[in-house]
Amino acid sequence: MSELGATDRVVVVGASLAGLRAAEELRRKGFEGPLTLIDSEDAEPYDRPPLSKQVLLGMAPADRTRLPRVQDLGEVEWIRGVAATGLDRTRPVVELADGRAIPYDRILIATGVRNRPWPVASEAALGGVVSVRTRADAAELASLLAVRPERVLVIGGGFTGSEIASVCRQLDLAVTLVERGPAPLVGALGGVIGSIATEIQLEHGVDLRCGITVDALEGDDQGRVRQATLSDGTRLDIDVAVVALGAVRNTEWLRESRLAAGPMGIATDAGCRAIDIDGLVVDDVFAAGDVTRFPHPLYGYEFLALEHWGNAVTQARVAAHNMVSPTLARVPHIAVPVFWSMQFGLNIKSVGVPNYGEEIQFTQGSVTDRTFVAAYGHQGRLVAAVTFDNAKWIDFYRREIETAAPFPPDLHALDGPATSAPISADFPHPWLPYDPPPVVLTGHAFDEMRAKVIRPEGARQT
Amino acid sequence: MQFDSASVRIVVDLTLCQGYAQCCFFAPDVFRFNGQEALMYVPEPSDDQRERVWRAVEACPVQAIAVEDPDAGEEA
Repeated sequence: MSELGATDRVVVVGASLAGLRAAEELRRKGFEGPLTLIDSEDAEPYDRPPLSKQVLLGMAPADRTRLPRVQDLGEVEWIRGVAATGLDRTRPVVELADGRAIPYDRILIATGVRNRPWPVASEAALGGVVSVRTRADAAELASLLAVRPERVLVIGGGFTGSEIASVCRQLDLAVTLVERGPAPLVGALGGVIGSIATEIQLEHGVDLRCGITVDALEGDDQGRVRQATLSDGTRLDIDVAVVALGAVRNTEWLRESRLAAGPMGIATDAGCRAIDIDGLVVDDVFAAGDVTRFPHPLYGYEFLALEHWGNAVTQARVAAHNMVSPTLARVPHIAVPVFWSMQFGLNIKSVGVPNYGEEIQFTQGSVTDRTFVAAYGHQGRLVAAVTFDNAKWIDFYRREIETAAPFPPDLHALDGPATSAPISADFPHPWLPYDPPPVVLTGHAFDEMRAKVIRPEGARQT
Repeated sequence: MQFDSASVRIVVDLTLCQGYAQCCFFAPDVFRFNGQEALMYVPEPSDDQRERVWRAVEACPVQAIAVEDPDAGEEA
């Protein structure tokens, strides 16, 4: 791959946290050529974590979470409020919803994720049914909470759903959280931590209902949500329903691109270069942020798909570095993931990949005091740790994970719990299986064989 | 595009934050703990907080606070 020339054009699709930080890193690395940033939202890049916390608590208006720029971008072409609809790698151009085609020499895909919508469109359209991803979403929910609804229903007990339930309790609003799994946070942190999360939610007055789902949302004559029917037959009177069912990757616009992009994200190598449907690395297409999945050496080179703020920043900087660097100067994105969530007055952080582990051991502090550290192990190796109000330990465990420390860890911590034998971390499933790729193989000779995308309408019935 | 030039903007890298609370000490109207160490902050504080914000930025032991201040002409 040739080095990026001075007049070569870099296009960044998706100008949120990852896109902005990548653009800044390009300039920091001395790239002075033409730079175009495209985003479907007509707004300056803003920070999303405050949307489910400070904005709902009334500490900040929804339109006042704009990201500081940490590097002068110089001359930049901004294309805002226009979605990218296609990537034609043969010309090569990004196709936009308004019909324009933007040429590129290097492109960064940072289109992120969107919330998985409530599956019934007519119910999702009811007044009072919201899902928090954009600042408009957060403004809507903040205004719904400001008029003090009788009861808020939160659908989904992952991090976002739990944070919003926490906000409701802090505002002294009645809230019901419905989680399909056995406990909140169980998918990310396992059943052992999930049962602690359950206790915490109950202590804070959340009407927590696990192991059930919401069957239907019903509205009144004005089209406002009024009732929810649960799978156990319960009918709940509600004024607000928050849909927190996780996210889907924004990859539909790449459908014709022959890149390995689908519902699980766009696959890249560790250097943030996109992988095409044949599994070949593409040299001029890069990706960063929540939209990606990438192999990590500490985790068996399995593709990690992370929705972590810190991952977006680091991956964006690695991608930008590699976009402007010659082959031998390229670097891998192999930082150990760190994640945080704030809920019920607790600072929950994780380092590593907890659901890569099968076992968990409480290593420090006290579960009953809600201030502790727990380590996750995979085949005798430390692969992750979670801290509750113990952020100061994240760095230590990160270094232990980086150096493949044994599990159970040999810590001799002064504040270790009395009993600390490893137990099953109790994940509902070790890994969610990825959807099979919608491709078939064509050709016979080794230099003729290619993967070919099959359309759903053309798919063979099996 | 239009930028609101008056506004100070901050973002705290909470992957780095270890809860030393120096920011809460120097700019209590901008940074506060929700509990023992869950940091909540105002992303775009009012102009009269500018000086306090800068003191918080400089005091942070892990340098977790990024700030854009149109008046200062510098970034951290």
